[in-house]
Amino acid sequence: MVKKRVAVIGAGITLFRRRLQETGKELSHYAVEMALDSAEMTRDDIESVVMGTAPDAFDGIHMKAENLLDGAGGARKPYTRVFVGGGTGVFAPIGGWWHVASGLFDTCLVVAEEKMSPCYPHPQTAFRTIWDPIITRPLEPNLVWIFALEMQRYMQIHNIPKEHIAAIAVKNKGNALDHPSAQLAAKITVQDVLDSEVMVWPVQRLDISPPSDGAAAMILASEDVARKYTDDPVWLDGVGWSLDSAYWTNRDLYFPEYVATAARMAYKMAKIHNPRKEISLAEPYDPFDYKEAHHTEGLLLADKGGAPKLTVEGQTFRDGDQPICPSGGLLGVGNPIAAAGLMKCCECFWQLRNEAGKRQVPKAETAVAQAWGDLMQIGTVTVFRR
Amino acid sequence: MSEKFKEFPGTPLSSRDIKSGKVLTFKWRPNAKYAWTVGIAYGRFLEELKNGRIIGRKCRECSRVLVPPRMFCEQCFRPTDEWVFVKNTGRINTFSLSYLDADARRIKTPIPVAVIDLDGASPGIGILHKLGNVDPKRIHIGMRVRAVWKPAKQREGSITDIKYWEPI
Amino acid sequence: MSFEKIRDPRRVRHWKGDMECDYIYTAGIAGEKFFTTIRDKAKLLATRCAKCKITYLPPRIYCERCQASLDNWIEVPKTGTIETFTTVHMDNNGAPLSKPITLAFIRIDETDGGLIHEIGGTKPEALKIGMRVEAVFQSKSKRTGALTDIKYFKPV
Repeated sequence: MVKKRVAVIGAGITLFRRRLQETGKELSHYAVEMALDSAEMTRDDIESVVMGTAPDAFDGIHMKAENLLDGAGGARKPYTRVFVGGGTGVFAPIGGWWHVASGLFDTCLVVAEEKMSPCYPHPQTAFRTIWDPIITRPLEPNLVWIFALEMQRYMQIHNIPKEHIAAIAVKNKGNALDHPSAQLAAKITVQDVLDSEVMVWPVQRLDISPPSDGAAAMILASEDVARKYTDDPVWLDGVGWSLDSAYWTNRDLYFPEYVATAARMAYKMAKIHNPRKEISLAEPYDPFDYKEAHHTEGLLLADKGGAPKLTVEGQTFRDGDQPICPSGGLLGVGNPIAAAGLMKCCECFWQLRNEAGKRQVPKAETAVAQAWGDLMQIGTVTVFRR
Repeated sequence: MSEKFKEFPGTPLSSRDIKSGKVLTFKWRPNAKYAWTVGIAYGRFLEELKNGRIIGRKCRECSRVLVPPRMFCEQCFRPTDEWVFVKNTGRINTFSLSYLDADARRIKTPIPVAVIDLDGASPGIGILHKLGNVDPKRIHIGMRVRAVWKPAKQREGSITDIKYWEPI
Repeated sequence: MSFEKIRDPRRVRHWKGDMECDYIYTAGIAGEKFFTTIRDKAKLLATRCAKCKITYLPPRIYCERCQASLDNWIEVPKTGTIETFTTVHMDNNGAPLSKPITLAFIRIDETDGGLIHEIGGTKPEALKIGMRVEAVFQSKSKRTGALTDIKYFKPV
């Protein structure tokens, strides 16, 4: 039972870069300060804090949410860490939504931080330890394997050419040229993607988002409190999440059923009956280009196998019928895991407030953000409305 | 408020900045060792791999034969009922060629990997493993493959007791 | 079946592994200034939030109470007071130390913070909570920009 309607009234974000000098606490502080300023609030106005941050093994600080607490504005406040792997960035505002929708608090500061640069020789090294230690780790897998396996299955089942997938990377890196935080914004061509180094076939260099450092923050408030601070709140009207079994080799990878389950939950709550017509823009999770397509389908915004064609035809560009990742996504803005998911929610907020500047999508009324994570397992979905 | 903010905070560093000592750095290598108990289901699974056989568990409620085996059915949420041997042949569900090692370092000769749906297990029940003795260009989804085992004396009760899977 | 009486997992069928990663951390904006000042000048710096009346040591670039950005850097004395102390007889893996180490939490003068550090130049039996101590720095050539640039604190 939702006791109170939840509004978003402020957001903040740092630069996303492969390596930032600031500690995780300092990055969290930057994002929080920006979010508080944007809402014209002080920390005294904040009743609760939710931290979203992915595996401790990246920052190399065990129990890192506790380490980040003071920079994130959590000192001496009800402070909670939520964690669902790569899905954490969109799960953090869902955690914030619980706090406010339940009536327990009138305000909640949501922070997401990731610092992947401390881990050597590569952040991939930390991913080695997410596998089942007995039946999978002895094969010495690399995390990119599962993406490549899923991508191959997805392309084969639907007979999708690689060129159509590459078009998504071209779009997102191009969109990111207008994002002031962006790490890998670039004007590239489909041929550039196809000519780039093969990492784990069919995944090539330009199909992948980078490892990054960065932080983001968002302020949630109950309806009556939100109206005291702004005439222009954005509503967090739907939340959904779903996790599938860890036995990822025991199901067909071509369609993310768990994302669809999460999306249906969020749409039902937001009273969205026809998502393709009612959603003005979407920010599906795009750590790889095919993932954007996969998740667009999971979000029920395209037929199964139909998403890549939407980009080839130009419909997913900012001026198209169905703008997707107008921010530039993880492929263009960067992928500090939890912060990247929250960046997507911030983008929805800015778009719905008509504050996205050069990135602005016309007539933005309703937006959906989604993140994904772990072993092909997790879908987290938020629906925003102006 | 994206428009309102002119400056997006953060101080970028290059890897050269780290190597040259432009900024202070602190190094650490955690030295934690682990010994994981294999549990009941994996215990038998590994024991049978040592014998050159692949074993799964059957749930009578949904009739699925599960590999890797588990003592519970996560869908029916009840204990599984019996041990069932599956064949050491199967069909490629999906595959890849990895030019990265486990630490994301580049390697020249790619590792062919696949999810293999096993004969005798329920449809869509597969395992992750490597392929071998195959021309990478010929690998395709639906390809029939069989397990190539290490010699009995070298087997130790590990998923790597299967060296790789080769085309039939 | 139950394994609850088995305390050592190596006694049941098991699989061994580790979680090996190397980490290289930067000190951050505040840490960089704090440690380079220790290295170059053998001095302690703090930041102060005038509004909340808190002086942070180790310094931070933000106030944890009001979240304001702090750029009010001040030099503070290298002296302080022992708030609490302990003598450590085993290393991080639980093995006995050949020579026990005495550690204290030292509240640095004129700040609301402090440092955990070794106590030297005295016997553990002589220590008392409330005792006054001062930092003894390594010689300049040995200092690298780390907390170990302070050799230990000794009674004043």
